[in-house]
Amino acid sequence: MDVDLWIKYGPKMLTGLVVTLQLVSVSLFIGALISLPIAMARLSKNKLARGASFAYVYFFRGSPLLAQVFLVYFGSGQLRYPLTDLGLWWFFRDAWYCVILVFSLNTAAYQAEILRGAIGSVAAGQMEAAKSLGLGKLVTFFRVIFPQALISALRPYGNEVILMIKGSAIASVVTIFDLMGASKLAFSRTFDFEVYFIAALMYLIVVEIIRISWEMMDRRLTRHLRPLSEQ
Amino acid sequence: MKLLKNLAAATLALAVSAGAASAGMKLKIGTEGAYPPFNFKDASGQLKGFDIDIAKALCAQMKADCSFVAQDWDGIIPALLAKKYDAIIASMSITDERKKKVDFTDKYYSTPAKFVVDKKSGIKDVSAAGLKGKTIGAQGSTIHSNFLEEKYKGSTIKLYKTQDEVNADLAAGRLDALLADSAVMLEWLKKKDGSCCAFTGPDFNDPKYFGVGAGIAVRKGEGKLRDELNKAIKAILANGTYKKINDKYFPFSVY
Repeated sequence: MDVDLWIKYGPKMLTGLVVTLQLVSVSLFIGALISLPIAMARLSKNKLARGASFAYVYFFRGSPLLAQVFLVYFGSGQLRYPLTDLGLWWFFRDAWYCVILVFSLNTAAYQAEILRGAIGSVAAGQMEAAKSLGLGKLVTFFRVIFPQALISALRPYGNEVILMIKGSAIASVVTIFDLMGASKLAFSRTFDFEVYFIAALMYLIVVEIIRISWEMMDRRLTRHLRPLSEQ
Repeated sequence: MKLLKNLAAATLALAVSAGAASAGMKLKIGTEGAYPPFNFKDASGQLKGFDIDIAKALCAQMKADCSFVAQDWDGIIPALLAKKYDAIIASMSITDERKKKVDFTDKYYSTPAKFVVDKKSGIKDVSAAGLKGKTIGAQGSTIHSNFLEEKYKGSTIKLYKTQDEVNADLAAGRLDALLADSAVMLEWLKKKDGSCCAFTGPDFNDPKYFGVGAGIAVRKGEGKLRDELNKAIKAILANGTYKKINDKYFPFSVY
């Protein structure tokens, strides 16, 4: 790539990378908060809660993220006046909020399934042991079941983070200059495919950093499962 | 297997008859198909519009056997370079920036760019100073987006994949203004969605940014094809075919 191009669009792509990281971390955080009640509802004995949470997960995992973003962004654009009356238009007017909303709801569905599976994987004997010690339900869940569930949830969580980073490129279709959006802009002026190569490389580096940190977290959290000599 | 054989035979027969009918030149034409009234898909998915009619007239003039390929705008030049088709007839403005990558025929039409603003915004001045702090939309990879990027640094620029999406966001009040081709916007402003908005400010046609009209792009080194297309453009302008197509779409001359 020639130097002028790099001087002009390099900073824009770096800014784009920061936008991508903000988008992903905010969505993952909000999604994690939403996912806990959904996972609980999925495991609940209440039929209504189970049905509703299943429908939620089914919808968000079963339809493309791109379609969800289009639906919320351009769909809300059609509903400007009803939304104004409800006092919600300021939120939907902003592409950033729309994307955060969709990404959070989407990742919440995936995270809820990860949690549900992980909680289910904790041996039933753990629950019985806690009961026999006279521990309350909440204490049992937060001090015994949940920490053990998080160990088996860790790797699928890592996958979800990586999928979100790559999936966030979709934000560029609704005018957000994330890494992909900035790359498209640079490409449109230069028709130089190197732009996309560099964008891919930037995504790859971020994903690699995530992968290595997860590897380290996994080793740390499972050290009690290895024989003493390896600890 | 039998079906496959029949299909192959039919294709061969078709190819032979087509070859016999034309002078043998086969031309694949790339267009966007999302830029009414110049090129768009009708309800049945057929490509229609001014560009398409012009392309068909040129092909008839050149006795060429033409087929169309619809391609998203932001990949339309790369796909030409990758030989997915041989010419772009898609309202592409002839600019120096694009000439670095492709060759152009003479223009086949030329309409100025104009700002369209939300009537309620009260914007009268569409200079860079007047639109400072405002949000302006345009389709990405266009003369309009390039111009905004260079000249309207004090405004927030939003870029979209298609012109329809820019229009939708102006109607929704997410944009204060948009910059686009005046003939395209004229069509939209007549619709119900467009009632929100109106043209404001002068025509923009500085050749440095807006080029010298829309031309047909071909790969560099395909001078023969370009010359043939130029000849055909002259011919349909002279024999009245161009005027007939012009009048089908516009109450004024776009040449």
